[in-house]
Amino acid sequence: MSKNNGEYLIIRNDNKYEVIIGLEVHAQVLSESKLFSTSSTKFGSEPNTQVSLVDAAFPGMLPVINEHCIKQAVKTGIGLKAKINKRSIFDRKNYFYADLPQGYQISQYKDPIVGEGSVTLDMPNGEKNIGIERLHLEQDAGKSIHDIDPQNTLVDLNRSGVALMEIVSKPDLRSLDEVNAYIKKLRSIMRYLGTCDGNMQEGSLRADVNVSVRKKGDKKLGTRCEIKNVNSIKFMQMAIDFEANRQVDIIEEGGSIDQETRLFDTKKNETRSMRSKEDAHDYRYFPDPDLLPLELNDNYIDQIKKNIPELPDEKKKRFIEKFKLSPYEANILVSDIEISKYFEEVSKNSDVKLATNWITGELFALLNEKNIEITESPISSKNLSKLINLIKDGTISGKIAKSVFEIMRDGDKDPITIVEEKGLKQQSDPKELENLINKVIIENPKNVEAYKSGKDKLFGFFVGQVMKNSNGKANPKLVNEILKKKLN
Amino acid sequence: MMSNITDLKLVELVDKIKKKELSSSEVTIAFIERSKKSKKLNAYISENYENAIKKAKIFDQKPDFKKKLPGIPIAVKDLFCTKNIRTTAGSKILENFVPTYESTVTQNILDEGGIVIGKLNCDEFAMGSSNETSYFGNVQNPVSENLVPGGSSGGSSSAIAAKLTPATIGTDTGGSIRQPASFTGTVGLKPTYGSCSRYGIVAFASSLDQAGPMTHDVKDCSLMLEIMSTYDTKDSTSVDFKRENYLTNLNENIKGKKIGIPKEYRVDGMPKEIDELWEKGIKIIKENGGQIIEISLPNTNYALPTYYIVAPAEASSNLARYDGVKYGFRSKGENLIDMYEKTRSEGFGDEVKRRIMIGTYVLSSGYYDAYYLKAQKVRRLIKNDFDEAYKKVDAILTPSTPSSAFKIGEKLNDPVSMYLNDIFTVPINLAGLPAISIPAGHDKKGYPLGLQVIGKAFDEQSILNIAFALEKNISFKNNITDWWIK
Amino acid sequence: MTIDLKTVKHISKLSRISIDDNKAKKLGKDLNSIFSFIEKLNELDTKNTEPLTSIAETTLKLRKDEIKSENIREDILKNSPDKNKDFFVVPKVIE
Repeated sequence: MSKNNGEYLIIRNDNKYEVIIGLEVHAQVLSESKLFSTSSTKFGSEPNTQVSLVDAAFPGMLPVINEHCIKQAVKTGIGLKAKINKRSIFDRKNYFYADLPQGYQISQYKDPIVGEGSVTLDMPNGEKNIGIERLHLEQDAGKSIHDIDPQNTLVDLNRSGVALMEIVSKPDLRSLDEVNAYIKKLRSIMRYLGTCDGNMQEGSLRADVNVSVRKKGDKKLGTRCEIKNVNSIKFMQMAIDFEANRQVDIIEEGGSIDQETRLFDTKKNETRSMRSKEDAHDYRYFPDPDLLPLELNDNYIDQIKKNIPELPDEKKKRFIEKFKLSPYEANILVSDIEISKYFEEVSKNSDVKLATNWITGELFALLNEKNIEITESPISSKNLSKLINLIKDGTISGKIAKSVFEIMRDGDKDPITIVEEKGLKQQSDPKELENLINKVIIENPKNVEAYKSGKDKLFGFFVGQVMKNSNGKANPKLVNEILKKKLN
Repeated sequence: MMSNITDLKLVELVDKIKKKELSSSEVTIAFIERSKKSKKLNAYISENYENAIKKAKIFDQKPDFKKKLPGIPIAVKDLFCTKNIRTTAGSKILENFVPTYESTVTQNILDEGGIVIGKLNCDEFAMGSSNETSYFGNVQNPVSENLVPGGSSGGSSSAIAAKLTPATIGTDTGGSIRQPASFTGTVGLKPTYGSCSRYGIVAFASSLDQAGPMTHDVKDCSLMLEIMSTYDTKDSTSVDFKRENYLTNLNENIKGKKIGIPKEYRVDGMPKEIDELWEKGIKIIKENGGQIIEISLPNTNYALPTYYIVAPAEASSNLARYDGVKYGFRSKGENLIDMYEKTRSEGFGDEVKRRIMIGTYVLSSGYYDAYYLKAQKVRRLIKNDFDEAYKKVDAILTPSTPSSAFKIGEKLNDPVSMYLNDIFTVPINLAGLPAISIPAGHDKKGYPLGLQVIGKAFDEQSILNIAFALEKNISFKNNITDWWIK
Repeated sequence: MTIDLKTVKHISKLSRISIDDNKAKKLGKDLNSIFSFIEKLNELDTKNTEPLTSIAETTLKLRKDEIKSENIREDILKNSPDKNKDFFVVPKVIE
């Protein structure tokens, strides 16, 4: 593998292969109740305690659709700059599996709720658009548990019927970095919209990954393999890397790729064929006769459009224009809705430049160290803006601010109180400073002599001494000014 | 005295209970006693006698005469899920299934004071026209020994004809209420699709299934429909239309009504008696001031093939949930797939398996367009035929079936000839329309024959009124001799 | 068209219904007679006809996003063939 000019290529025997990646992301819709039943979607409950008669497919039970899930799908479609289809149809995808109680999954096949759209990625060498093929609503399955009972598989249907959005990208992704950026961007958009919490640990965001390879320069797409149900970006990248190399090896040996479904084994770091599913691949889709076509009118769609919040791309543009941030800074601050909220709260009441530096510097380091989200930050946006104001108005120096920050991180204390209690206020009274400076000059006659005879570098020494004697509280700007006057 | 009670019709029983001439217990016990003596008919799959008598006693202690079915005992087709009463759908695969919930239609009956005395036999998953596919055995038609009662609501038609219940309910996917009503000399109505909730009814073909009443006469039928038909938010295909007080509004005045006679229903080889019966109906309508208009439903001949694609396709998917995992019969298997295959092979009967296979085939890759999509298109043509016709007429009159009841076993080995039984009823399900079958005469063997009145969507009142007028003028007598009791 | 034994076996596999050769032969015969009767539809030209997906004369009703279903685990598992108070149980699945 090589990365020339940001290109992701696999090289074998002087042949360069391009990797073509498409993702089918399954994003759990944020909703209280399930797509077609009134049971809760809460994560982490006791097994089978959030299962209604509909979810367990009892005889005579019928699906009734959740209005909120439709709205969430439309919102997400708008966020993906996609076409909203005014008429969509729910189909049954038929297959047998232990955690699929109906023997079919209600999904959308020919007529999805959302059509073509696109997502813009910020890559190091510029922006890249990734096409969205479609977004459709479908039911999640339950969970099969293989490791509790040695003889049997146990089935928990808590997830059964939870609403998912399947977001299908075009095969536009070409590298692991792009996959990373794409997932993060998708997640970011959905979190801005409040349509999916993007929590990969809880399985709210998973993907089926389509991978094919072709010799660089070829126009025709190679045969693809689908890697099912990968649940982290790292695993997606590992799976793609393994799979692309596997395919290249086969082609280099003169073989051909079989179109098939594969499974990524995270322990062995390899993909392998899911032959067990091959004969069940005829899904026999047909429109679900228990449901009618879903019809949306313009008014409904317009209402949702009106209430769409500012999304990352627009926010970034605004940050650059209004706050004069660099694209790099803006990107970091808009990447997550919670970060952008925090930033806007801090900068509302304090200097933007300082806010940017403090959030992306000290605060991010702290969050990283504690491995927590910004929503769990020990320092509130209100107190951070106070701290910044203390720097800005000269009450404390940047250096003192850092030690105040150290105290704040252990309990979100008001920085003004800390400065007062600890007496950290900057000394800005010229008379007091003069006294300090005079003392240093008197105590260091040789250095004064040396400075006056041309050793300019010694100026720093005098500043340092003054600061030291003031316990760091002397206003460095004023110290500089007075010192210069005194020494010249 | 006892036998007198079971001779009474539903509306009469309601009246007598309201007038305190009879108690719920007396009525309930009378029908239960007669049911017990009628085991030979095999109309019941599950009995709820003891519980029913208890409920009747409770009703009598604190009677509520405002209810429409005050303490009236009713046996229902075993396709309706009933809370704490075993519900089998006539299948081995649900042999021991006891729902923890109640279907909307049976709940409506309970809410109006009705008491469920038992669950009635039916073709397995309602797939059949003779009740011969039931895992729980054949049902006898009380009209004559070894005669099929029709299907799939065969237990229901037998039970109402034999007076084991004052009224009953069935389901109709392609004729499963009207054909058995016709075979037993009783009244059966399939409402407009969307009129009765499908919630809690074991599904056969979701886009065709409708529950409906089966009764002795049109009055009883009107009362039952009034109770059964409600808008239900638990069924996405339930329609919120203005439901009439069908019984209160019932009248036999059909003056000026335009009744269509579709020429395509005169099929080759149809027995002469049926033609005569039809003529009799036409004559009565004319005599009562109705207007007879020749109409054409050109795609009638395509209804049955369409039905035998659409219904099995939906069924193949609806029946996928019977997999031995959550409820019902399970056969031991070496692994999950083996368990599925054995469970479903042993749990379903031959006809059900046949239809699952047809349905799976017509939906499978490469055949979907040729079969399923084609059938959906033809279904549209069939519906359009009716839409056209209803620009000219208020209702349509046809025979209910192309023949009278046949002997048990007679058509068992010829699925296509069995399917042809539904030739007059199936188009109505495909178009989602309401239709009623009323007894109108006998063939030369003395077996009952029915006439069918088909209405516009949601216009159940008109077909009830027309049927009411026909009924008055026909004065049909069912010659049932209680041969099975001796 | 005719449905051969191989097709019958394939459909039975898709339907998850095991079938022995004898039954498959008989079923094949039945299916062929049913399909020859179904083939009648090919007489019709439906090029310009829209398929009818639903007969209900209404639009899809939407439900509010509210939790109404409680924990009914006991009810849900009551009819289950394998007795376990927390889970449904099936023969071991190896992926």
